[in-house]
Amino acid sequence: MPTAPSSSTTPTPLVKDVLIVGGGLVGGTLACALARHGVDVAVIDGTDPKALLAADYDGRCSAIALACQKVLDTVGLWEPMAEETQPILDIRVADGDSPLFLHYWQEDAGGPMGYMAENRSLRKAILKMLPALPSATLLAPARLATLDRSVDGVTAVLADGREIKARVVLACDGRRSQVRSMAGIGIKTLGYGQTAIVLTVEHELPHEGCAVEHFLPAGPFAILPMPGNTSSLVWTEKDHLVKGILDLPDDIFQAELEKRFGDFLGWVKPVGPRFAYPLTLQFADRYVDTRLALVGDAAHGMHPVAGQGMNYGLRDVAVITEILVNAHRLGMDLGTSTLLTDYQAMRRYDNLLMLGITDVIVRLFSNDIKPVALARRLGIAAVDKMTPLKKLFMNHAMGTVNLGHTPKLMKGEAL
Amino acid sequence: MTASQDTAVRKGSQGTALASELEKFSAMADAWWDPEGDFKPLHRFNPIRIAFVRDLMAAHFGRDITKPRPFEGLTLLDIGCGGGLLCEPFSRLGFAVTGIDIAERNIGTASNHAERAGLSIDYRLAQPEDLVAEGLTFDAVLNMEVVEHVADVTLFLDSVGALCKPGGAVAGATMNRTVKSLALAKVGAEYVLRWLPRGTHDWRKFLKPSEFSQGLRHAGLDVTDLAGMTFNPLTGEWRQTKDVSVNYMLFATKAG
Repeated sequence: MPTAPSSSTTPTPLVKDVLIVGGGLVGGTLACALARHGVDVAVIDGTDPKALLAADYDGRCSAIALACQKVLDTVGLWEPMAEETQPILDIRVADGDSPLFLHYWQEDAGGPMGYMAENRSLRKAILKMLPALPSATLLAPARLATLDRSVDGVTAVLADGREIKARVVLACDGRRSQVRSMAGIGIKTLGYGQTAIVLTVEHELPHEGCAVEHFLPAGPFAILPMPGNTSSLVWTEKDHLVKGILDLPDDIFQAELEKRFGDFLGWVKPVGPRFAYPLTLQFADRYVDTRLALVGDAAHGMHPVAGQGMNYGLRDVAVITEILVNAHRLGMDLGTSTLLTDYQAMRRYDNLLMLGITDVIVRLFSNDIKPVALARRLGIAAVDKMTPLKKLFMNHAMGTVNLGHTPKLMKGEAL
Repeated sequence: MTASQDTAVRKGSQGTALASELEKFSAMADAWWDPEGDFKPLHRFNPIRIAFVRDLMAAHFGRDITKPRPFEGLTLLDIGCGGGLLCEPFSRLGFAVTGIDIAERNIGTASNHAERAGLSIDYRLAQPEDLVAEGLTFDAVLNMEVVEHVADVTLFLDSVGALCKPGGAVAGATMNRTVKSLALAKVGAEYVLRWLPRGTHDWRKFLKPSEFSQGLRHAGLDVTDLAGMTFNPLTGEWRQTKDVSVNYMLFATKAG
């Protein structure tokens, strides 16, 4: 279970039910979810777990929608990270400096609409749980050399020669999925010409759990509440400007930051490093192939404007976990094609819908054409007045819209 | 594919005839196990049959189905195992499984597939009476969609009873002899939908639940559960229901 450095005494292959490639937030959560239900899982990941927990590995935070928080809670990953998260009690959407607001209160939602968490908190919880699960084996750092998928099963050979046999392989290896390209599954990529600058700031006044999303001409500028008087910033800029901004001396960077941030939380100052993530939208041509399913970013990547990237990955996790655990309890071969096509049918539409919604939001808001700007300002205010539509948007963001079948884990129910 | 070639090569020392047989069985196993292939109807309702048997067996033997391999330590006999569509799942659920069939090609096919799937299942070309003569008994005995094909129902069910250990359990499935089953299971499935080859079933040999139960009682078993299986043509899915007018399943136990 630990990092097992090539101990050369294992000529026999490791035999598992499921092979997960990529032990990140989605792959790691999936591994925990399956292994907790007695499904034998091997996870391979290219990065040393120690490096994964370093502060500069991934400075991002994620908004975890309510339904996805339930997924983490049911899997048992929420409890160890709960203290490090911040409930989102209030969401304010503003267009530039327009006074018109779209406002979501927790009173409308009947509780927090979601939680802000550092990606590192979830990583820590995963890496603590995985080694303790008897059904899970984490092989990291390890690199996939070859992957053979046939009617009889999956055989993976690692770069160090170790061999793993499984019934199905789940690709959780992210946007540039190695498994997806090995399988020859095409992907459509759409660039926005935007890059997100991500950093943490400290501010004078408490945010009181309020998330703010300003739509500036260069792209969205989001202030997301973190525990204490700190917030996580997602500052979107046109690609060609980003390098310059990242390299700015501290005092000038500070001035640029204040210009956008405003003074509603008193003074503000950056803490820790600045990160940059280019924004692209992408969508795999199909989610499944012989004994293979793509999960999370390997299947779909979206603009983080609606804070849904990880949530949609966790929705994939909830659906495929339920399908595979039920099949496992029926003694079925977990690579059976009908199981995988069920997964694709249940996820592809939902993901496309969210991709569409975020794409429209980004295109609508990332420009300064006057009529469009006016229309959207009126639109925001109008949505704010139209309770049913507002509720739908809110429920969608919270992950509680009922798109046909809601997986049990998203309802906080045990399998 | 490579696995079957390996098998053929490994066993090649026994003669080329065997190697070609293996090729054939391998191809048939692929057909049996293709969920979208010739046996699609069987794959569609297989999860319902497995769930029925699993849940009642778990209750009877006091096992927890949320645990891995819940039936570890128990033996199961599947009569009329075909390509192994029930043997393999029950083997994964922990039973030590024996599968018998009177068609040699089914035994070859099922053995080939189990080996490729890495499962250890004892497949035999035999009739139930043969195992009775050997004095074998099992904790669980399945006869799913078999009784409607046998020549002598009483002899068959008596053998089923004899093969079940005291304290064991039996599950059976077949089709009811009703006008609806004639329309749906016989004419519908064989002639209209072409799910099954024509002539697969002889409607006159279908058993009413009362007849099936009576036969099992005669064999020393107590029928405890009866459930129907209903096909929804709109969703293409099978469900377990209370409607036993076409397909139905029975569960019976033997006093300890």
